[in-house]
Amino acid sequence: MSKNSSFSISNPDKLKLDTVQKLGLVLALLGLSIIFLAWFGITFPYPTAFLSISILFIFGGTVIYARQTYINQPAGIKNNYVWFNSLSNRGVLGWLLGMVLTLFYVLLYWFPSYLGYDANGVANTGLVALFDPLSLFFKDKIASQWFVYGTLYTLLITSLGVKFMYKYRHNRYQLIRTTVVIISQLLLAYLIPEILEGLNSDLPYFAKDIKNMWPLNYYFFEPWHLDNMRNGGTLGMLYLVMGIFMFLVFTPIITYYVGKRWYCSWVCGCGGLAETAGDSFRQLSSKTVSSWKIERWMIHTVMVLIFIVTAVVLYGYFTNTGEFFGISIYSYFSKPYGFLIGAMFSGVVGVGFYPVLGSRVWCRFGCPLAGYMGLFQRFKSRFRITTNGGQCISCGNCSTYCEQGIDVRAYAQKGENIVRASCVGCGICSAVCPRGVLKLENGPEEGRINPTDVLLGNDVDLMNFVNKKQD
Amino acid sequence: MEHIVIIGNGIAGVTAARHIRKKSDKKITIISEESEYFFSRTALMYVYMGHMKFEHTQPYENWFWKKNKINLKQGFVQQVETTLKRLIFKNGEELQYDKLIIATGSKPNKFGWPGQDLKGVQGLYSKQDLENVSLNAPNNKVCKQAVIVGGGLIGIELAEMLRSRGIPVTFLVRESSFWNGVLPKGESELINKHMIEHHIDLRLSSNLKEIISDESGKVKAIVIEETGEVISCDFVGLTAGVSPNINFIKSSEIEINRGVLVNRFLETNIKDVFAIGDCAEQREAIGERRAIEAVWYTGRMMGETVAQTICGNKIEYKPGHWFNSAKFLDIEYQTYGWVFAKPRENEAHFYWEYSNHKICININYNKTTKQFIGINTFGIRMRHEVFDKWLTEEKTIDFVLENLKEANFDPEFFKKYEQEISAAFKNQLITA
Ligand SMILES: Cc1cc2nc3c(=O)[nH]c(=O)nc-3n(C[C@H](O)[C@H](O)[C@H](O)COP(=O)(O)OP(=O)(O)OC[C@H]3O[C@@H](n4cnc5c(N)ncnc54)[C@H](O)[C@@H]3O)c2cc1C
Ligand code: SF4
Ligand code: SF4
Repeated sequence: MSKNSSFSISNPDKLKLDTVQKLGLVLALLGLSIIFLAWFGITFPYPTAFLSISILFIFGGTVIYARQTYINQPAGIKNNYVWFNSLSNRGVLGWLLGMVLTLFYVLLYWFPSYLGYDANGVANTGLVALFDPLSLFFKDKIASQWFVYGTLYTLLITSLGVKFMYKYRHNRYQLIRTTVVIISQLLLAYLIPEILEGLNSDLPYFAKDIKNMWPLNYYFFEPWHLDNMRNGGTLGMLYLVMGIFMFLVFTPIITYYVGKRWYCSWVCGCGGLAETAGDSFRQLSSKTVSSWKIERWMIHTVMVLIFIVTAVVLYGYFTNTGEFFGISIYSYFSKPYGFLIGAMFSGVVGVGFYPVLGSRVWCRFGCPLAGYMGLFQRFKSRFRITTNGGQCISCGNCSTYCEQGIDVRAYAQKGENIVRASCVGCGICSAVCPRGVLKLENGPEEGRINPTDVLLGNDVDLMNFVNKKQD
Repeated sequence: MEHIVIIGNGIAGVTAARHIRKKSDKKITIISEESEYFFSRTALMYVYMGHMKFEHTQPYENWFWKKNKINLKQGFVQQVETTLKRLIFKNGEELQYDKLIIATGSKPNKFGWPGQDLKGVQGLYSKQDLENVSLNAPNNKVCKQAVIVGGGLIGIELAEMLRSRGIPVTFLVRESSFWNGVLPKGESELINKHMIEHHIDLRLSSNLKEIISDESGKVKAIVIEETGEVISCDFVGLTAGVSPNINFIKSSEIEINRGVLVNRFLETNIKDVFAIGDCAEQREAIGERRAIEAVWYTGRMMGETVAQTICGNKIEYKPGHWFNSAKFLDIEYQTYGWVFAKPRENEAHFYWEYSNHKICININYNKTTKQFIGINTFGIRMRHEVFDKWLTEEKTIDFVLENLKEANFDPEFFKKYEQEISAAFKNQLITA
């Protein structure tokens, strides 16, 4: 074996599945195959029946499989085989899944007719048609590709969220957090907006997911959206005021008290998908210092971009010209941002590349809202991950499983608290640490950052001597 | 420029190098035969179990060493010539030093069991050992049965590793209960139960008599001393402790006993030669500590200290209050201060166990003064800083129990046990 080769090539044989696990898998696959057949162009008769079966089987199958897998083992960290598994170790399965996801996103954004979407809104076929009954139920309209997407997205978060909860059933932080993730997606992002949409079908469209605020929702301030909200009656005005309030007041205050985790790993839709469906891929994020550099550049560039784009868009809106020094704001500002960042980055790369780059590529390198909250978290917040004195054994579990690519160990082994703009507070580093070294907590700002050279446990005089010299 | 040479790129040697670099621009060379880069030995198990890849066990990226001007040299030092201040390598190369730090760690104990060098018989210490487990026990078809000999921390880790690949494990433990030379009865029995829950075939009070070979020189079975029982197996893990890895020093002037003998400044009998980490033996044990302490933290602390001395700030090695931690399958263990397997004179233990049998604490205190001496916790995380302070301030057990909440380090929203624990203590006083 070569000097630094990985041992992961000694792939042990798969452990066997029992009958119940197989049943769960078969159900889930049957449910999925309906989706895929529809995607390949088959327009199902009785879509109500097929859609119900599909959703039920996917959810039920996943839950049965997860329950049987985890409940029969003593509760604890379940990372065996992660780096031997083709799906979670960038193997053939991982790449295949990545390609399927990417293809799906490309069709979704730019070629929805290949999903069966009828742009004239008359008669969908294939996948989109499969979701017609549900869309009709909510809002008396046949489905759009976005309705399909929202429904599948919610289904994924819910099913794989339940799986995540079985996996971490010994950890109440994870249980409570994931419950909130599922409820946020199900209610705030899906049911409430769809129901409101149905109740107000006479009003023009505007975004009704209250937590999906600007600048993550980059079109919030675009003229058509502002107009639609203003013409949207009380509800529209409410969403306009709330949208601004959420970003300007609510977010900074809550982030000050608990860190950006309240959003990124508790209620956000992108985060929700990463935490549940993306859980199998969290270890794939890069931990190098160079990727950290790239991260800081990219995320802040995107943030500045959306600030500029939005300022220009608002200028155009209020001057009523749609132009900025003679150039079209839509063609040169809104549209490129929407295409490059909104669609390519957050969608195609962000989710499509889960199995290759890890589950938080967008959240880490792109999301301007994360960038904004990150600034608070880094410079003005009570949140930190406390390092437990000298207990770290530098094993590396924390860094490996940090989806944000934070080299947690680099801090922990120095006895230093982790105060990083990008930490989304998922709590997994703390969960996987075999020595109880890490604790996410909120506390006084004083002493939040505590650089040390000599760790607790050694000679007190030496600790004082060396550590004082630091600052 | 003064040349500091460090033999051993483990936590002790690397910590020393880092701190010397911080304080000076001396020339530094770290030698190891085992691996090009420093890796965390404590994480070996996770590589076999698929939690991590080997590269994840390396705490520093590969560019770190060059950037910090720390030379790395791979090779085996065969001889130390202290008069000429020179090292001689197995391949004949030589290296001159001005100051030498010996940080060569440990090697697994072998007690002369018949068959201990057969194929399929091994310890678990080095990167090569890890490679060998992957070869000898890749799955439960090649390895239908494994036997582990020696009930310590590495033994239970090896058992967990093998179980992760569905390999049946028989665990021979010499003691009447797991690790009960260190753990009091309650904790030790809790771990016994937990191992059985993980389908580990635990054999207490069982010694290895011999290991039997097949025709090809590979292990075929083992025999248990007490019962004469023969257990067929394809793999034997020898995990009956470790001892300093210092064979190559025997031919030198450096004074050794079980380890390299050092004074409180970590100096050996030879000027400019120091020893730290697992391989160092204190001439006089410090406090309640053993003269050789083969744990991660002490290696690191010796590295922190010796760097000061070498950079001209001569400082004694003064470890603070004892602490340690481990994880037994799913159960985390932490300890602060001293809790001995049996209370010593004038000491008492207060033991509390939660009804799920996976959470417990044990507090050792002085019966007369009520002074708090140490705590073991299983399944509850505690704050190092708080206990360190309480130990320094010599708090009483009553104070500790009253303020236990302050020391809790479990993740947010976890169930809290302070009240139950406190109530149990009061109850015990009433019934006692
Ligand atoms: C599986 C396992 C799990 C452990 N878990 C824990 C734990 O959870 N907590 C804890 O506190 N401790 C734990 N330990 C113990 C801990 O790892 C050791 O105490 C620590 O690594 C010792 O560090 P060291 O720097 O003294 O020596 P080592 O890490 O052993 O480094 C010594 C290096 O020197 C090299 N070397 C030796 N002789 C020569 C020579 N002649 N020429 C060249 N190179 C040489 C060796 O190859 C080795 O690379 C564990 C140990 C093992 C094996
Ligand atoms: S540092 Fe820990 S809590 Fe923060 S994102 Fe990484 S794993 Fe999650
Ligand atoms: S998982 Fe825990 S012990 Fe391991 S490196 Fe991280 S903080 Fe240290």
